[in-house]
Amino acid sequence: MNNDGLKQAISQIESEAVFKDGSQFLEITVPAGKLHHLCNLLKSTDETAFNYLVCLTGVDYPDCFEIVYHIDSTVHHHVIVLKARTEGRENPAIDTVGDIWPTAYAHEREVHDLLGVKFNNHPDMRRLFLEDGWGFPLRKDYVDPVRIIER
Amino acid sequence: MAEYKEILFHSDKIKTDDYLINMGPQHPSTHGALRVVAKLEGEIVEAVDPIVGYIHSGIEKMCESLGYHQVIHLTDRMDYLSAHINNEAVCLCVENALQIEVPERVKYIRTIFDELTRIASHQLWWCATGLDLGAMTTFFYGLRDREPILDIFEETCGARMTFNYNVPGGLMFDIHPNFQKRVKDFIKYFRKKLPEYDTLLTGNVIFTERTKGLGVLSKEDAIAWGVTGPSGRASGFECDVRKLHPYSAYPYVKFEEKLATEGDTFWRYKLRIEEMWESMNIIEQLIDNIPEGDHAVKMKGVIKLPEGEFYQRVETSKGDFGVFIVSDGKKNPYRLKFRSPGFSNLFALNQMVKGVKIADLVAIMATLDLVIPDIDR
Repeated sequence: MNNDGLKQAISQIESEAVFKDGSQFLEITVPAGKLHHLCNLLKSTDETAFNYLVCLTGVDYPDCFEIVYHIDSTVHHHVIVLKARTEGRENPAIDTVGDIWPTAYAHEREVHDLLGVKFNNHPDMRRLFLEDGWGFPLRKDYVDPVRIIER
Repeated sequence: MAEYKEILFHSDKIKTDDYLINMGPQHPSTHGALRVVAKLEGEIVEAVDPIVGYIHSGIEKMCESLGYHQVIHLTDRMDYLSAHINNEAVCLCVENALQIEVPERVKYIRTIFDELTRIASHQLWWCATGLDLGAMTTFFYGLRDREPILDIFEETCGARMTFNYNVPGGLMFDIHPNFQKRVKDFIKYFRKKLPEYDTLLTGNVIFTERTKGLGVLSKEDAIAWGVTGPSGRASGFECDVRKLHPYSAYPYVKFEEKLATEGDTFWRYKLRIEEMWESMNIIEQLIDNIPEGDHAVKMKGVIKLPEGEFYQRVETSKGDFGVFIVSDGKKNPYRLKFRSPGFSNLFALNQMVKGVKIADLVAIMATLDLVIPDIDR
């Protein structure tokens, strides 16, 4: 399906979705609360069939955390970029998509470990790489005077 | 599909007759510092819990304070067996963001290097897999054939494993005058030697008995858990980035994406051997046709990407490798994420181990081709 078709299909499911065209892939920003529902339908609908989560990234912005999902379809080979933002930077939380794409469980643990974003309904929110009690190094305000050299 | 909750080893979930065994972080078959906790019922594995992070080096954090020329040097250290392909991923991402078209010569040389890297990586994997299953000889055979490739690399770019041969805009130097001849000699040599691999291991009854039907991963699970590369293709998941999103000189060459439907340990093994044949075919199509021209386009000393987000996928020897750059227009990336294939592949391990013997866990992990710095980053 081309970008216009995808836009139409997604705006039918989620009216609050904001589209950004013209970059590498079609970018869709959805409210965090609607994310799980949209993902579920994107995977189960035959026309879209987004069944392969390629990459899940957390990005730290001054006012929120943005979780970026690169999703591929092994049937139609179209790629979209889904984005959802947490509400503020205090106790950030967002729904897990691990029950839709199980590979997300590990990727979400990584985001949790390095950025401190909590994923609701995730069965296993242990830290992945770092010890308990360590800060969240990928946050922009993370300070570690011993190990990070200012340039 | 096994429920994710089954693998939680919290103290309240462990019953008195459960038996936990710890493997690693210092274990010869994990090829690095990886720890796997296995839950056993007698000798049978019920679930595993991979624990990573022993060599986490914070590469993504480091990248945020480095320029794009410098970032490339760190990608070598992740999957050190696909160092050249990792370098290329960052370069392609930067080039696409700046909309630079590299000379045809660069595309050809990059692709030849990619495929040589893939062969070298699979050779080392083959050595180690044999060794993990108790076949010492494979180690010597594999390293013997890998040496000529590293010599070719060394002659052209001065390094044997961490090349830094790619720079945004092209290559650091032109190829060595001997390059084409030596690559052709190697292909001729390796075409004779690769059948030995089959004689030694593929057709070996002890090996096939231990691997056939073991650790089966269905196609649905492979897609759902994001298992890519030869491990995913053994389950029938068509995930070859070289075919789906061609880059460099891959659009110009004819090659076959090797697939299997069994999804067991043996076919994960077999597909890597097949891939070495395919890699040699690709190199042969390109090596005599390298166009004349520059080895790089002129770039500024400090690269600034336009504001925006850029994603580049390449096919390393392990699978679908991705570079995601979020740029705010400055000379450093605002956020740089590496989607490493080993990370997803490792966390699918739990789908394959249910009901296997503890000794076979080593065989399954061997054919996933895990490189730990690639997972920990």
